[in-house]
Amino acid sequence: MQLTYLEAITDALRCALRDDERVFLLGEDIGVMGGAFKVTAGLFDEFGPDRVIDTPISEEAIVGGAVGAAIVGMRPVCEMQFADFVACGFDQLVNVAGKLHYRLGLAAPIVLRLPSGGGVAGGPYHSANPEAWFVHAPGLKVVAPSTAEDAKGLLLAAIADPNPVVFMEHKGLYRRVRGEVPEEPYETPFEARTVRDGDELVVITYGAMVHAALAAIEQLDGASIRLLDLRSLEPLDEEAILAAARDCSKVVIVDEANYSCAIGAQVSSLIAERAFEDLDGPIIRVATPDVPIPFAPELERAVLPSVERIRAACEELLAY
Amino acid sequence: MSTLDETEVAERGAPALEQADRIALFRFMALQRAVEERGLSLYKQGKVPGSFYDGRGQEATCVGATYALDAADTVCPLIRDMGAHLVRGTTPLAILAHYLGRAGGVGRGRDGNVHIGEASRGVVGMTSMLSDMLGVAVGMALAFKLRGERRCALAFFGDGATSVGDWHEAVNFAAVQDVPLVMVLENNGYAYSTPTSAQFKVDPLQRAAAYGIRGVAVDGNDVEAVFEATREARARALAGGGPTLIAAETMRMHGHGSHDDARYVPPELLEYWAARDPLDLQRRRLVELGVDVAAIEAAVTAEVAAAAQAAVAMGAPDPASATTGVYATGEPAVLGRGEAHWSGFCS
Repeated sequence: MQLTYLEAITDALRCALRDDERVFLLGEDIGVMGGAFKVTAGLFDEFGPDRVIDTPISEEAIVGGAVGAAIVGMRPVCEMQFADFVACGFDQLVNVAGKLHYRLGLAAPIVLRLPSGGGVAGGPYHSANPEAWFVHAPGLKVVAPSTAEDAKGLLLAAIADPNPVVFMEHKGLYRRVRGEVPEEPYETPFEARTVRDGDELVVITYGAMVHAALAAIEQLDGASIRLLDLRSLEPLDEEAILAAARDCSKVVIVDEANYSCAIGAQVSSLIAERAFEDLDGPIIRVATPDVPIPFAPELERAVLPSVERIRAACEELLAY
Repeated sequence: MSTLDETEVAERGAPALEQADRIALFRFMALQRAVEERGLSLYKQGKVPGSFYDGRGQEATCVGATYALDAADTVCPLIRDMGAHLVRGTTPLAILAHYLGRAGGVGRGRDGNVHIGEASRGVVGMTSMLSDMLGVAVGMALAFKLRGERRCALAFFGDGATSVGDWHEAVNFAAVQDVPLVMVLENNGYAYSTPTSAQFKVDPLQRAAAYGIRGVAVDGNDVEAVFEATREARARALAGGGPTLIAAETMRMHGHGSHDDARYVPPELLEYWAARDPLDLQRRRLVELGVDVAAIEAAVTAEVAAAAQAAVAMGAPDPASATTGVYATGEPAVLGRGEAHWSGFCS
């Protein structure tokens, strides 16, 4: 069936609620209203107030409550209204959920859905890409789908995972990206995916930047450029990254997140440490500079990685 | 063990603590004090890494409240609540080995001091962020409510924790969801060096009222009073009556940790509370009943001495294990069942 990225997430939630009585949803305005972005639209009517729970505006209580429910056998899936607000629930996620298994041998199978990303004039508090915070924190997994098919499969895999999983759903893709999605439930492994093959240069990225990178590559006639969609940021598919670096010898890494200590920095470090001899040029990173995401479209466009910047980076490296 | 029918409890009025219960309450308090005194002595010998924290003077609150829980209930103890672990069945050996950072301790060397909790006994080990666990307890209670289970969650916290934002988020969420939760505030006078007067300006019961939940005050040094307040709050929670905040008045008789001489506490305050020692109070009750208290205390001392010897002899964790077990694999274990001792559960 053809679904938008948003509909694929809704479909995954519906499958999980239908197939697993342990699954329930927690979040702000996710019930009757169906969520700020309508991702949970229809689920309250179908599954009722015990499965789709509207919470007070209390991110710490949402995440802490999810941990508590999980350790007595539930599978809570929480929505942060915007990814930015996860900062308010940071303590429960990082200090409680992330360290739980190591300290106590107790798992916290929770999923946190984070509507993330810029390009929608959301300004400094509705545009964040905070995934690197959670990659840095031990005990959490972080995934970031770029397609409708992966959105459903990664979310179902996240719900099935015995660990806390941060699910980065790019709100710029919600209605912009559409694709064929299998009707039945399926789990997408937390591994990278080769979007298109090539052997002169590889662009490594994830989330919305997969689409920007694809557009940039399509403008570069004649060059054999591979595109690797990480899909999972923790665990990071090191073998796929190293294989791509070895095969292509030139690497461009794109993050929509702020530059310093972004996922791309980890990918760059990995390649420098373990595939240095295979490189035919410097690694080039394209990312948002270390600024809050500004509101005015002119300003936002000036900082977010664009198709043009990615294309220019590829051209520069191909000519190296 | 099965849960007593709560309507039956209500009809019976205040349930009697049988003599065996009153003895057990004393024994658990004596065990906590002996374990902590032994832990402190091991610390002074340089055998306990890090720092050392105890709950001297507060034994009645954690023992009395946890004694009112049934096996399937879950509990989140805090710093001064070693008695809660003992009541749930964690052994003095496992606790002392935990202090020492031994492989056979509860924390397997991964976490230490009062960060202790045997998941297999329905106990969740605390973090250092003092109000975290209330949010977790609310989530457990929410799950019990959603599944229609006759269980409750109980969380302890100190006066200082009530100043943290997520404490308020958790209480409010518990209130609007009417979850089966018992919250035990251990109002022990000081949050590290800061007196309660600098933490909040209202009676904690007013705070409960402000969130629309029931609040009750109790003498935190009277183990039987704490038991009764908790038993009642639990019965109410299981009957769908929502959460209760129990405000237990007590006093921290030692510093925040062994590194803290607590010079900031007026001596007369400590004298006042020393005369209200929870063990002395229960000991007097047992003596009046003709119980041989000295024999109980001697047995506790011997048990803890043997446990300390065994704990010291235990091996250290394998350094190679330090990087393992960050993530769970397979079907995750859920919280288990603790020991339930109250005769009301066994009748």
